[in-house]
This record gives sequence, C-alpha cells and structure tokens, in this order.
Amino acid sequence: MTEHLPALQVAIGLTAAPVVMMLGRSGRLAWALTTLTCWATFAVALALFFEVSDGSVITYQMGGWAPPWGIEYVIDAANAWVLVIIGMISAVVMPFARRSVEREISASRIAMFYCAFLLANAGLIGITVTADAFNIFVFFEISALASYALIAMGRDRRALISSFQYLIMGTVGTTFLLIGIGFLYIMTGTLNLGDLAARLPEVADTRTIRAAFGFIAVGISLKLALFPLHLWLPNAYTYAPSMVTVFLSATATKVAIYVLLRFVYSVFGFQFSFVDLSMGWVLMPLALLGILVPSLVAVFQTNVKRLLAYSSVAQVGYMILGISFASTLGLMASVMHLFNHAITKAALFMAIGCLVYRLGGISLTHLAGAGQRMPWTMAAFVTAGLSLIGVPLTAGFVTKWHLIQAALEGGYWPIALLLLGTSLLAALYIWKVVEVAYFQTPDDEHAQVKEAPLSMLIPTWVLAGSTVVFGIYGNFTVNSARAAATALMGGAP
Amino acid sequence: MNQYIVLRVVSKLMIPVIMIFALYVQFHGEYSPGGGFQAGIVFTAAFIVYTLLFGLEAAQKAIPPKAAHILAAAGVLLFIAFGYAAMFLGGNFLEYKVLLPNDQAGETFGIIGIELGVGITVATVALSLFYSFAGRERR
Repeated sequence: MTEHLPALQVAIGLTAAPVVMMLGRSGRLAWALTTLTCWATFAVALALFFEVSDGSVITYQMGGWAPPWGIEYVIDAANAWVLVIIGMISAVVMPFARRSVEREISASRIAMFYCAFLLANAGLIGITVTADAFNIFVFFEISALASYALIAMGRDRRALISSFQYLIMGTVGTTFLLIGIGFLYIMTGTLNLGDLAARLPEVADTRTIRAAFGFIAVGISLKLALFPLHLWLPNAYTYAPSMVTVFLSATATKVAIYVLLRFVYSVFGFQFSFVDLSMGWVLMPLALLGILVPSLVAVFQTNVKRLLAYSSVAQVGYMILGISFASTLGLMASVMHLFNHAITKAALFMAIGCLVYRLGGISLTHLAGAGQRMPWTMAAFVTAGLSLIGVPLTAGFVTKWHLIQAALEGGYWPIALLLLGTSLLAALYIWKVVEVAYFQTPDDEHAQVKEAPLSMLIPTWVLAGSTVVFGIYGNFTVNSARAAATALMGGAP
Repeated sequence: MNQYIVLRVVSKLMIPVIMIFALYVQFHGEYSPGGGFQAGIVFTAAFIVYTLLFGLEAAQKAIPPKAAHILAAAGVLLFIAFGYAAMFLGGNFLEYKVLLPNDQAGETFGIIGIELGVGITVATVALSLFYSFAGRERR
C-alpha cells in the first residue's frame, strides 16, 4: 500500500468530503469524520516526508499513464515539507474547530462547512503533490472555490462581500496562471513540470515564454498576497470564521509560495528567472515595501484579527525577500519561514478564536482585561506573538537569523538593518494588544468571562508551544529547509 | 398552465427526448463528443424546462432538493470508488484496465463508470443551483 501514498494523500480528503456532506444534520458526526480524515492525511504526509528525507524522490503515475502524457505526482524534499505543514495545521485545527464552529456556524450548515473545509484541504494538498502544470491550476480552483464558501460562512455580513472580493482577485490570479501555462504548452507541447524544465531552454529566448513567465509570476503573486496584490487578504481573514482564518492563514499563502518556487526554480530554472530576467530585482523592492507598509498599517488597526491579517501580508514579504536574494541561503530562509510562520500565525489566530468564543468580538475594546480573565489564552497569544516578532528562543528568530545572514551574504547590509527595524514594528502591534489585555480593566459586560474551553486551549498551546520548541531545537526546521532548498535548486521535480 | 395547450403538448413530447439524448451523450462520451459533464447539463435542462412550465413544486416532487444533494455527493463517491477499485486490484489509482480481465474492456468499463459519476454530480449540482435560485422568493 505504501506505493499508493501519493494518491492517498489527496484521495482520502476527496473521499471524505462527499461522505461528510451526506451526513447532513449531524454536525458532531461530520466533525468526527473530518478530524479522522485530517489525522489520516497528516499520517500519510509524515510517511511521505520520512520516505523522501534521504533525498530520494517518489513518483506516482495517476491512472497508470506514463508521464509526460499522464498526470504524474512527484514528491521530493520540498513538497513533502509543505505537505507536513498543511497536514499538521489541519490535524491541530480540527480538535479546536468543534466548539468554535458550533458557536459560529448555524447547525444546519455544519456538515456543509466541513465538506468545504475538506475540499479546501485536499485542493491545497493536490497543488503540492502534483507535477502537472494544468493539474496545479485545477487544484488551485478546487481549494479556492471551497475557501470562498468557507469565508462567506462568517457571522459578519461583511464576510460575503470579502469572500466575493477574494473570488474576483483569486479568479484573476488563477486565470493569469492558466494563461501562462497555456503559453508554455503552446511552445513545448507538454504540461509535465519535469518535461517542461527539460524542453524550455530550447525556446527560452522567445517573447511567448517571457510572457508566460510574467503571467505565472503575477498570477501566483495574487494568490500568495504579495504586496501590492494583497488587497483581498485583510478582509477575507478578518470576516472568515475563526477556524477558517487559522487554516487559511497557515496554509493557503504558503502553498502559493511553494508553487512560485517550483515554477521559478524547477521549471524556468535559476538562470532564466534570476539572471536573464533579474527577477530578484523585481521581488526585492516589493518584498521590502510588503514588509514595511502592511506592518505600519497593522499598527493602526483596532480589530485584532485585521491587525494579524496585515501582519500576514508583511510575513509574506519576508518569505519573498528570502527568494529575492537569489541564493541558497535566502531560499532556505524562505522555505523555513513557511513552517515557522504557519505555526506562529496559526497559534495567534487560534488564540483569537478562543477570545472570540468567550468575548463575542475581537476589537481592542473587547480585549480589555482579557489577560486576567483568560490568562492561558493570552499567554499563548504572547508566546506566539514573541515568535512573530522574532525574539530569540522562538521559531520566528530562527528564520530572521537566517534571513539576515542571507542578506549579509548577498552584501545587502541595509536590508539586514531594515529587518531588525521591522521586527520593532511587529513588537509595536503585538504590544498594542498586550497592553489592552493586561493593563486595562474590563467593562462590566466582560467582567465575568471565563477561560476558553480546554478543547480549544490545548490545540492553541500545542502550536504556541511548538513555536518555542522549534525555536530552541531549530535543527529540524533548518535541516528540512536545507533539504527542500536543495531539491528546489536541483532542477526538475 | 392548463390553457397553454401548445406548450404543454410540445414539452411533454420534448422532455423525454431531451433526457434520452442526455443519456446518449453520457454513454457515448468515450468515443464521440460528449461525456458526463455535457450529459448532466442536458439532463438538467430537461428538468428546468419542466419547472418553467409546471412549477417548482412539481419538479421538486420528482427530485427533492435533499435528494439532489445526496446524489451530488454519491456521484463523486462513484468516481472515487473506481479509483480505489483499480488500486485494490493491483493497479494505480484510477488505472481502469485492471478492473476487467481484458485491458480494453477494463478501460471502457472504467471510463463509463467514472463518467456516470460525473454525470450524476453535474446534473444534480446544476439542479440544486437552479432550485436555490428559483426558490428564493418563496422563503
């Protein structure tokens, strides 16, 4: 059975989705089945991860059709790493989701909600495992359509309009991706990523291929919310149900970044992307602006969920900055940050989910005095917040350290200084929340608030704790990221 | 509706033909233009014509919205079941040729099977969409 693991990675979730939908009214049962599915998917992801950890590559021919004609799934150190991130986040978020979703989604829709969640999850996994360009587009649409539905189910009526906004921007993004893939197909006659990489050099010096590269880069940049294409993100994250925000913030943009890396490094190749087209010089200013501007905007937010959403845009900037250095060390820092930011931001949004569960809202006025009323939740928030800032002994520090090293290695010392400065901005907006939560007295309405239920608190602490664990024992992430970076640099998947 | 005799007679003649054509498109999809997606849409078109003429309630008596939801999920499951079946019979996921002793027969069987799943899902999803648009003002 182990040889079928790549197919099962996607198929388990896709099988469970219609079954969960059929369960109809029984929200509890739907939740239980979804949780089991997510755990099984995580187990498969781990099995794949350990299988490729020695540098080997697993391939799987869908339907027995040999590549490049058939769809091929290829798993190497790079996408196994992303699979582990998706699997871990969905496995941890599900126990958290039960109470949170029961509170935020009407009972008749819970089964549908979990069905959409499973589809979004399977779509993201599909994007990651497949080595077929068109298949990537299809899975992008599966996960995106399911995400639109998930976001639209938020309690606030503005959820609908922000979901629609995301739909328009996301569709523009995937359409650009499809146009780019179409151009590649016109020039090479193949859709298999490995085959594309082999055939592209012959025709690389044509306008069609350069246009394809532009369309693909811009399309994926929309999906990964690269500044200034991030406008869909703050609203979508703010008004989505808590559990959806946790999941999407930790996985959706990360998968898009992986796809960008796959196209830029493995398909077009380092020489074409960074030397012939100087992509680094396009990405670097955008990444720097993307770190600075949203960080500044975040400082002035009063809705904490929105504040963290802007911080997510800034964190995407860090990942893109690592790529723009066009070095192995920079790439490694980016790949590492995929994981470190996923656990950090998921922990933060989970703490937010706990606060929403008890306080009913998440603007700064709601939070007054939450530090005394909900000490464990706020402690988790602070721990993950420290990791977001990049304080030593947290996961965020491991990334920042490598990012600064990569900047110095490339001779960009002003950027290294700037990175230290932007950490202060992060400290500023996290402090804003901490100050209100710990140093203000609650109004009468919220004085009787209790600590969040354990079923939500434990998953929150699993992630908040892991930001510390992976901050102290950074070897695991560093080694995995090195292996992933080597696999990406090494050419075709 | 009773006074529009032309519409009634024509639709009674046409609806069965549309449905049979949908089934033709469905089961000839593997070697002529067509397949599950087109067939599903054509099938739903017959239902929409029926609803326009005889009302939403009459149509929902034939296929209630609940049944449409269940069938939509069942179609996907049928598709995936063929994938797993191939896997358990020693092939890769969705490798139909292992389904029957004869490779070619297996391919045909598999493609017809998954296309049936696609057809059911597309027809019922399109129908659900139509129901939810058509039923808006009633609530």
